Amino acid sequence: MATLELSAIRKSFGPVEVLHGVDLAVADGEMIVIVGASGCGKSTLLRIAAGLEIPSQGRVRIAGRDVTALEPADRDIAMVFQNYALYPHMSVAQNMGYGLKIRGLPRAEIDRRVREAAALLGIEALLDRRPRQLSGGQRQRVAMGRAIVREPKLFLFDEPLSNLDAKLRVQMRAEIRRLQRRLGVTSLFVTHDQVEAMTLGDRLVVMHQGHAAQVATPMEIWAKPADTYVAGFIGSPAMNFLKGRLTEGGRAVALEAGPTIRFADGPRPGPEGLPLTIGIRPEHVRAEAGGLALTLTLDLVEPLGSEAVLHGRLPNGEALVVKLAGPGPRDGTLPVALPAEALHVFVAEGGRRLDPAGG
Amino acid sequence: MSTTEATQGLALPAEAAPPRRAGGSDRVAHAILLLGVVLFALPLWIVLMGSTHDAATIGRGEVPLLPGGHAVENYTAAWQRGGAGVPGGRMLWNSTVMALSIALGKIAISIISAYAVVFFRFPFRKAAFWSIFITLMLPVEVRIFPTFKVVSDLGMVNTYAGLIIPVIASATATLLFRQFFMTIPDEFVEAAKMDGAGPLRFFWDVVLPLSRTNMAALFVILFVYGWNQYLWPLLVATSADVETVVIGMVKMIGSEANTEWNIVMATCVLALLPPVAVVILMQRWFVKGLTETEK
Ligand SMILES: Nc1ncnc2c1ncn2[C@@H]1O[C@H](COP(=O)(O)OP(=O)(O)O)[C@@H](O)[C@H]1O
Ligand SMILES: [Mg+2]
Repeated sequence: MATLELSAIRKSFGPVEVLHGVDLAVADGEMIVIVGASGCGKSTLLRIAAGLEIPSQGRVRIAGRDVTALEPADRDIAMVFQNYALYPHMSVAQNMGYGLKIRGLPRAEIDRRVREAAALLGIEALLDRRPRQLSGGQRQRVAMGRAIVREPKLFLFDEPLSNLDAKLRVQMRAEIRRLQRRLGVTSLFVTHDQVEAMTLGDRLVVMHQGHAAQVATPMEIWAKPADTYVAGFIGSPAMNFLKGRLTEGGRAVALEAGPTIRFADGPRPGPEGLPLTIGIRPEHVRAEAGGLALTLTLDLVEPLGSEAVLHGRLPNGEALVVKLAGPGPRDGTLPVALPAEALHVFVAEGGRRLDPAGG
Repeated sequence: MSTTEATQGLALPAEAAPPRRAGGSDRVAHAILLLGVVLFALPLWIVLMGSTHDAATIGRGEVPLLPGGHAVENYTAAWQRGGAGVPGGRMLWNSTVMALSIALGKIAISIISAYAVVFFRFPFRKAAFWSIFITLMLPVEVRIFPTFKVVSDLGMVNTYAGLIIPVIASATATLLFRQFFMTIPDEFVEAAKMDGAGPLRFFWDVVLPLSRTNMAALFVILFVYGWNQYLWPLLVATSADVETVVIGMVKMIGSEANTEWNIVMATCVLALLPPVAVVILMQRWFVKGLTETEK
């Protein structure tokens, strides 16, 4: 078992820098999910860990050993590719055992390991088939098997589920999680799907334009997003953002939409009038009339059975999405309240989270 | 199964359904087809029949359309004695060696060149590729005199090496393999790196097996090309030791006034057999390769 440490990783392709100094420490047996929009550098980071790309700057350490200059094969790792990359002319068993054969393991040992992995994944019956005779889910399992037989220090996954249909994806997701727990192998998993990220990861790395915007547990990220990008990326429907200014000596925000709301968790540091972005998740907006209620003019209602997602505009023109239990109203207007304890406070410029002083 | 049967069952009435065209135009179409078949097949048929008659029959100017009784005699003579001093067996052997070496050599060299150009980053890679590409525009005929000079200075006239080496590089095959290699997903290369396969192992264990179909197809084309070579062997193979069957036949016809046409035709039939055999044999392999591998 092993740890993985990426320190100050930078990567340029020609003149374009795509990773701007990423730090990440993966603990032994931990599953870390790298999540972010397409093109933000997730795969590049994973491939640097794999040794398929050489970082322009920074070091990669596996189990404390600096492997930055080592070939992928010498890093004692295994990777599952998005398109599985199973060799079409080899049987499933040959595909799984190929790496071991190259390492010069005795045939009996290769056989034993392949059988063991196949049993673990429930693909014993497929060992003699060719990849093209398999369904997407089966190929996925074989690709996993190929990684497992190597008994590596580190598993790397690059969007391994994105070629599966929705139902299978959920099933394989759970299976990968179970397997990873059971084997206890340190893992790095790349996805652009936030649900996948939230359900799979012990911790997430939310990547944004070549930076690690936040590294934390899924719940931490959901509850305390480090900036507006992370806040908007994690959670569905996405968090609402409203404009406001710091007021009352940092104790409250004056929303452009009207009300001034006192922070529930204490005053924020910063000059009076500091432009803020206030975030609130759609499920935290309450539909109730009252002192601080705003009038939401609905323009779209999406009923989802047990709940409804309402899209509307506040009097000042800002958009607000509300998620309510029950069927919700059809159209018209709705009085809404923004509970102080559900607000996320960000500095408007740069989008950084602004926490209470000393808190 | 049942669905295919059903559709086949449906197809029958559908086929009968379109109104029959006027018998006249149908007959014209058939006549043209028949004419085509005759134009292609008749010369072959005449050669085949001619090779079974004695020299006198053809000498009289008859064109036999039915088999005669001298087949064994003619073929034995063609094989053992030949028409212009070189036994047919010897010429066939020379042609086989030349065509096989050219086909295999071209495949080996071009697949390795394409592998280098596609999978490796090295200085002047682009330049290497373009210089291969440009040689496409330089067929043997264009460079034939300088090539002959080099070959003769090297003492390779009238050797197999002289026959084979000057035509063994193939820009066309290199480009074909290059196109094919570019369709091999990067993920295979990366998976192989993870597996610890170096460049040679990757070539041997992944690239070659995936290229089987392409190699089979190219082998057919290149073997026939090599077999039918004329201009270069005419220049460089002047001794009996390395004379190819194509050259031999031309000599048989050209050298003497009293050409033994029956022997020429028998040699001709013999010369046809290897390329036909290669096409037929490789066809099966080719189809097998197609059904068994995919990317
Ligand atoms: N080999 C490469 N050459 C040039 N640019 C690349 C290369 N690989 C990736 N990039 C660029 O780096 C950025 C990040 O790519 P990638 O890590 O694949 O993103 P992601 O996996 O998050 O979608 C993209 O803008 C992509 O175009
Ligand atoms: Mg990617």
